Parts: sequence; structure tokens; C-alpha cells
Amino acid sequence: MSGLKIKVISRNPEDYLRATKRDIHKIQRNYDPSLHPLEAPREYVRSLNAVKLERVFAKPFLGSLDGHTDGVSSMAKHPRKLAVLASGAFDGEVRIWDLASRKCKRNFIAHEGWVRALCFTPSGQTFSTVGDDKTIKTWKSDVESGDDEDPVNTLLSMSVVSGISHHRDKPLFATCGENCQLWENTRNEPVKVFKWGVDSLNHVAFNQVETNLLAACASDRSIILYDCRESGPLRKVVMELRSNALSWNPMEAFIFTVANEDYNLYTFDVRKLRQPVNIHMDHTSAVIDVDYAPTGREFVAGSYDKTIRIFETLKGHSRDVYHTKRMQRLTCVKWSLDNKYVLSGSDEMNIRMWKARASEKLGVLKPRERTALNYADSLKEKFASHPQVKRIARHRHVPKHIMNAQKELRTIREKNRKKEANRRAHSKPGTVPVVPERRKHVVKEDE
Amino acid sequence: MCATATVRCGVIFQSRRINKPKYLRKENSNMAKTKRYFDDAENNDTDSKNANNTNEVKTYHVKMKPRVKFMDKPMAGNKIKHQSKKYAGKASINPEELAKHSRGEKLEGKGVTHPLHAIKLKKKENKYKFAQEQAARAEILLTENTGFLEVDEDHRTTCITQKVIGENVDITAATKIFDLNLEFGPYRAKYSRNGRHLLIGSKRGHLAAFDWVTKKLHCEINVMESIHDISWLHVETMIAAAQKEWLHIYDNTGTELHCVKKLDKILRMEFLPYHFLLATVNEYGFMSWLDISIGEIVGHYKNNLGRTPVMTQNPYNGTICIGNSQGLVSLWAPSVKKPLAKILCHKTPLTAIAVDSRGMYMATSGVDRSMKIWDIRNLDGPLQHYKLRSSPVDLEFSQKDMLAVGLGEVVEIYGNCCTQTVDKPYMRHKMAKSICNFKFCPYEDVLGIGTSGGFSSILVPGSGEANFDAYESNPFQTKQQRKESEIKALLEKIPAELITLNPFEVVEVDVPTLKDKLEAKSKLLHVRDKKIDVKPRHKNKGKTNIARKKIIKESMRKEYINQVIEVKKVLQPKETQDMPQQSFGVLDRFIPKTKK
Repeated sequence: MSGLKIKVISRNPEDYLRATKRDIHKIQRNYDPSLHPLEAPREYVRSLNAVKLERVFAKPFLGSLDGHTDGVSSMAKHPRKLAVLASGAFDGEVRIWDLASRKCKRNFIAHEGWVRALCFTPSGQTFSTVGDDKTIKTWKSDVESGDDEDPVNTLLSMSVVSGISHHRDKPLFATCGENCQLWENTRNEPVKVFKWGVDSLNHVAFNQVETNLLAACASDRSIILYDCRESGPLRKVVMELRSNALSWNPMEAFIFTVANEDYNLYTFDVRKLRQPVNIHMDHTSAVIDVDYAPTGREFVAGSYDKTIRIFETLKGHSRDVYHTKRMQRLTCVKWSLDNKYVLSGSDEMNIRMWKARASEKLGVLKPRERTALNYADSLKEKFASHPQVKRIARHRHVPKHIMNAQKELRTIREKNRKKEANRRAHSKPGTVPVVPERRKHVVKEDE
Repeated sequence: MCATATVRCGVIFQSRRINKPKYLRKENSNMAKTKRYFDDAENNDTDSKNANNTNEVKTYHVKMKPRVKFMDKPMAGNKIKHQSKKYAGKASINPEELAKHSRGEKLEGKGVTHPLHAIKLKKKENKYKFAQEQAARAEILLTENTGFLEVDEDHRTTCITQKVIGENVDITAATKIFDLNLEFGPYRAKYSRNGRHLLIGSKRGHLAAFDWVTKKLHCEINVMESIHDISWLHVETMIAAAQKEWLHIYDNTGTELHCVKKLDKILRMEFLPYHFLLATVNEYGFMSWLDISIGEIVGHYKNNLGRTPVMTQNPYNGTICIGNSQGLVSLWAPSVKKPLAKILCHKTPLTAIAVDSRGMYMATSGVDRSMKIWDIRNLDGPLQHYKLRSSPVDLEFSQKDMLAVGLGEVVEIYGNCCTQTVDKPYMRHKMAKSICNFKFCPYEDVLGIGTSGGFSSILVPGSGEANFDAYESNPFQTKQQRKESEIKALLEKIPAELITLNPFEVVEVDVPTLKDKLEAKSKLLHVRDKKIDVKPRHKNKGKTNIARKKIIKESMRKEYINQVIEVKKVLQPKETQDMPQQSFGVLDRFIPKTKK
């Protein structure tokens, strides 16, 4: 027949099979949707698997640094070296740790009584400690000769000091106690003293971006802001209960978070102190310490309820909770500067190292591993609000005492809400106004 | 799929960022004719001339701005860009291909009140669009072309026989035309999912599995019973055969692995590869879905349609289509005991159903010699209605939507018969044996026909998909790859509950439950518990009626409980009364036991 044209599929196997055994297999792709049926249910199953695997691999605890003979009272991160950590204890001992090998490099008795706080200088060459013996001692970070083991400088304060924080670049540091004092290493007397009718301050922190700004938590339930160039304090906000610690957001200079006695954390905007930007609930006892991740997106909080919780800055509830059977009341927490680890010091003399993201794989990832993880992540994100996926992703096992406390708090909150609703329903409209949660916890703001 | 594409997005955006300075550099070099970057130091004068431009290059920060804005903004020295059409940008995409990879219409964001959410939505839409474009662009990488059969305008393709085709194609393709003359009565044939292996089973017990390309026999046995239907399971090492009584599962050496006695008298089987379900229908109209990965029956109920040997699966959503003797086609899922949908297709008994691979068209045929094409997603009115010479024995769609129709001893293949009415078949093949069933071989231009006298394989140019996706099904799979893909597939087994008419239901917002949830949330703050209306018959002035209230409440409660008990009595089936049975001593065990 004339004009007959025929072509049928006829594949040459050589084009589809590898030439030698050492080659990789050839993988022919065709993205035509009709060859990939049931796309949605398959992706859903994959996302379920991904989220299950995430929970399977969630093993955040890395190890503990033991050596202290009394509870750990405070910790300080080295600003330049990731592996160096200084910690002080209730018996006045200071230890310098090498986190990579998880060993103590050096230990000495720094103070009589507690070591209240530690901080490194921006260069990292020296660090200062304050103790119950009213002294501020400066030590060398690296010991080369025997002389280096003695303090470089010792300052005597007239009053008790309970906190210390160093300026980002100037040779200037602040301590708090009866009042907030600014010191220079070369002088024996404080450069400046800030007073605002407070009996004692328990924590002070310099802002690391807006470097002249500092804030302190006072025992009269207030948080006070200072400018180290001015002569007096700037502003003060009074909460319902005392704040224990304060941490500035390293990326947004105007945001800070306080750990409060009323089980919550409050994120404030410096420009608008009357109302916190966000309230972070979930702890079931007083929150003792808080520290921001270097990205400013997350922070870690340690509480008296023996758990560490990781919060996202923009969210009201915690992303994760870490606990172990042996870990007692938390005294201090730190987020490492490479954004990978969380360190916690607790009552029972141990410092613990945790992963910041519980299921993250440490070490080098191969490219295919990386793509697989990225794919799993985007699937998890896509199906995040699906009930099954959400349930698995949210599920955390917590100790019984936390569980019970959570239940109790929930009933209390529910009861209050119900009572308020009832009162509102049975009184003249407008007499029982709706007060938003964020307004409830701040008493007043002073200028 | 979509999520893969979203991952890929990140990479591409980065490359775009890198592109910008390059693009600026290009303009600059055009100004200085053939100036190269290493000429910088020598030609200082040209540099000073273009001081503005070079300055701009140097101070350019790679800050990500919205792309649209960047394009809108007229830049210094942009004239050259308009002049040089050589670098007009990316190549345009064929709109047909773009439409093929579309995942539905774009969301315009109606009702999105918050600007942040609007931006998020827009970003997401951009990602989807990007994924679609990339998938369409990837078409250029496909290596094979679809087959075709063309003749002069004054001839028809219908009259071209297999002999002519065999003479005009290459030798390897010509070997795909073959006949197997076997003597054990009518044969049924099925190809494996990658199109490499063939399984045939005869009414008189002959069961054989082989690699039909290399003609290598895996196993050949006679089960010494009638075989009603056969099916490959998820890999080519497992075979299911519906025999006279029960379902038997064999491996590729012919060893019997299982005898599933729960499934008896099976007429037809279909295997759903993504769900790992073997769907069966038996003589009494019982439908069952056997999960072959765990060996459990996930759905088992009677369809009340009578004896129905007409069954097929819809690969688009995994439902089972059953046609009965009243001409009714019904769609079934294991989790629902009623049909998901029903259509009255013919007024006479149905002889065959076929659904195409994209789940768009369904072809049905009745004993009244008619064949109808339906849009299976709409289920209203037939799209096409054909009258045939005799009533079809079997129907089958190919991957490229060609429809094979078996008429007694003739197979007719229609191309493009769903969207338009065709009067002549694309191909016709006559045999001297009556047809039992036929299947198109996936990823090949081959139609395999099981007949009363064996099996014959014919070439149908243009019927198969030329380019396979090795992650879905790979005809050139090695043993290792098969093992790996088996594990992957098992991990991604779709639960049987997800079989619904719309497979995308799982990614849609579950509106009713969301509504319930919101209502429940608002009810949580209900003001007070409801009171029982208490109306004492006569007031006892001066006497406290608290006690009376209590009595009333108590009596109401008791009344309610009594009501509940009575209702329960009515609902519960009456127990057979225990008659004082006569004792026969040792022979008591032969007394029939009452069912509990």
C-alpha cells in the first residue's frame, strides 16, 4: 500500500539499562499526571509517614555535663567559641566546660556562697562573676600560667549583687542588686547608679542590638528599662507577679521576653509596654529562665516544674517540651549560638545538652537525604492542619505531675471563663466588659 | 508532584537572584562592544564613560524584590535590552502541555480579608504555577515518541492487517505479533503493571506466567480446577487465581502460597495497586476487598445485584464498577455498603464496562448491541451512543484512550471515540477463535487477546504510552529495584477508607465538621445547665417545696430510666427461650447448638 507510515513503540534496552555494573541505574521520568494517579491520598499517606518518623526520631537529649557538687545557679555562653561554656554553682564554684568533648576544663571556687551570675566580655578573653559575697570578680578565660588562675580584677560593691550583663562593645557592664549599677573595669566605684524606689533587682540584661539599652527585673513585680547614657531609668512596667529573667530578641531590638512567676512568659514591645505582644503559656509552675535563639524566631524557657519548653516567638503555646526523669527544678537555660543546641542547668548539679530541634539529624547530610527531608518537611507543612497529622505532630508524653497540673490549670481556666460568661449574661449589658487576656496581666506602666 | 515542586522552588529562586547581576553585566559589555571582564584594567577610558553603569553594577545589592516590580522599573541603559531580541527570556511553553499539568484553577482569594493571608495565598499560587511550568518544560526531556499509523487520504487504516504491520515495522516490534495455540479452552490474559509479564489462565485449569518480551516462562501449572479469573498482585512474583471454590495465591514458580477460603466462588477480580487491595465479586453477589499486605478482608458485603460477571476498576479513584443484568452500573468502595453512585446505562443486561486511565470516560455495552460512552465524573447523559454489529464481549481502554471492542471473533479498535462520533474503527483484527478477554499492554503498542484457542498478541500503533515513569512502573526493572519499590509502595499504602469518588477529598476542607467544631466551641461557654420544668400540682403555701422538687426530679429520672429499659427491650432481639431440654446422655453433643 502506498503512503503507509507505521511507527510503534520499540525501545532499545541499551538506552534504559546501565552499561556496566558500576554505573548507576537509569531512571526515566515522566511527570504526566495520568501516570501518577491518586496524587492526593498518596501525598497524605506520605505526610503521615513523615510526621510519624519525626516523632520516632525525636530524641533530643544528647548528654549531661556532671561535675558540680551543688546545684547549678547560672551559665554563660562564650561569644566567640561555640564549645565553651562557663557555669556557676550554689557553692561558689565556677566551671569552664568544653562542650565538644563534654568535659570540664577548669574549676575553681570563685565566691563565698552562691555564684549569682556570670558573663563573658565581648572579646571572650575574660569573664566576670558576681556572688553573694558582694564582689564582682573578673577572670581570664584561658589559663596559660599559674597566675592566670587568680582573678584579674576584683570589685567590691557596697550592696548585694545578683546579676551582671556586659555591654556589646564598650568596656562597660551593669550589675543589679539593690539598684542597677554601671561599672567600668578600670574604676573601683560604679560609673552610674540607677535607682527607682525598688528594694531589689534580680536580673539585668543589655540589649545586644540597641546596645545602650538595658532592662532589669525587680522583685516588686516590675520590669525597668534603662539607657546607659542617661542619668535615670527610662520606664517601668508592673506585672501581677514577679518576673524572674529577661531576654532580648537578638534580631528585633525592640522585643524582649520575660519569664514570670505566674507560669507564663510575656513578650513585650519596648514602644508599647502597656500590653504584651504575646503571652506564652504551657508551663505548670514558675518560669525561671529564658533565652532567645540567635535567629530570634524561637526561645527556650526553663521552669520550676522540671521541664524545658521551646516556644516560637509568634505563638502562644510551646513547640516542644523536654524532660527527663532525673532532671529537677531548672535554674538556667541557654540556646547555643549555632542555633542547634539547648543547654540547661538544674538543681541536681547537672548541666544537660539537648538538640534544639528534637528530630534533627546531626552531622553532614547527603544531598539525597537533604532532598528527602525537604520533601518531608513540605509535606508536613501542606497537611499540617489535617486532624491525624496534627494529632501525631502535637502529641508529647509528659510526666504525670505535669499532666495533672495541666489538667488542673485547664479546669481552673475553664471555670473562670464560665463564671465570667455567666456574670456577663446576668448583669446589665456593658457592666462586665470583655478584658482581653493580654490586658489582664499588666498592672500599670510608669514613665 | 506538587510538594516536590515546592521544594524545588527554593533552588530556582536562588538562581534567579544570581541571574540579575549577570544580566546587568551583559548590558555593560554590550555598551563596550566586545569588552570582557578581564579587559577592565586596560580600557580605563571606556570605563569612565560608562561610569554610571559600572557604578550601578558595583553598588547593586542582591536584595530580593518582588519580581514584577523589578520588571516594571525602567533602569538606566535598558534600551539595549529592547534592542536585543536574541535574549528575549525563557522559551514559551506549549499551552497544551501546560494544561496537561494543571492542578486546577487558580484561587483568586475572594473572601480573604487579611492582607497577610492574601500575600501567602499569592505566594502559594505562584509556587503551583511554577511547578506546573517546570513539569511542562520537562516534557522536552522525554525520549520516546508515541506510535502512529498513517495512510493516504483515500485509504482507511481499518483494512491494514497485522501482516502488513509486521512487514513494515522493525524486527523487534514484529516479534510482538504472535499466537499461542493452547488447548485448554477459553483463556483469560492479564499484563503486569509494568507491561513486562503476562499471565494467562484457562477455564480448564491451565495457569501460566511468563515474560512475554523475552518469552521466558516463569511457571506453568494445571490447577485441576476451573479458573474463573486471574490477577497479578503488586509484584510479578505473586499471582492470584480465582478457582472453582476458593481464591488461591501462587508465586512465580507455581508454588501455592495461600488458599483464601474466605473468598469463595469468585467470578471476577481486580487488583488496586496503590491500596494493595484485591477486589472480588462472587457468584452470590458478595463483594470483598482483601488487603494482600496483611491478609485481612477490609470490606465484605452483598451488593444485591445478583450474579454479575461484569466488573472493572476506575484507576483514577480506586472504586470498583459493577454492571448488572438490569443494565445498571454501580460504583463501590470497601468502606461504604451502598453504591457510591448508580447509572442506568442500558435497558438490557450489560456485557462489558471499561474505564479509561484518567477516570474521565466509561464505556459500557449491552446485549442490545449498543455501546455508550459516559463521562464518569458527571454521570449524566451518554456522550456517545454507538450501534454495533453484535454485542461486545469485552471493552478495554488503552493508555492513550483507544477503545478496543471485542465482537465475537473480531476485535475492533476505535481511536478518539469518546469526544467525537467515529463511524469506522481505527483497526480491525479477525480471528478464527472466539474472544474471551483482552488487555492493552501498558507502555507498549500491543493488545493481548485471550481466546478460546489460546492467546494472541497484536500490534496497535499509538495505543500505548511511550514514556514510562520509572518510579511508578518500570519495564526494565531489576530485581533489586523491584524489591526496593515494593517496600516503598508498602510504606505508601493508601488506607481503604480513602477510596471515594473524588480522590482529592482528603486535601479539601472538611466543611461540615469544621462547622460542628466551631459550634461546639461556642457552646462550651453555655451559661447554665438546663433546668427541669417543675410544676407542683398545688402550692403548699408556707411550706418549703425543696423536698417535693427532689421527689419530682427523682420520679422523672426513674421514668426515663424505665423508658430506656423498655426501648432496649424492644430493640434487642428476643432471646430464644430456654426450653428444658431433654437429655440424651452421651448423645447430647449431636443436638444442634443455638446461635448466640
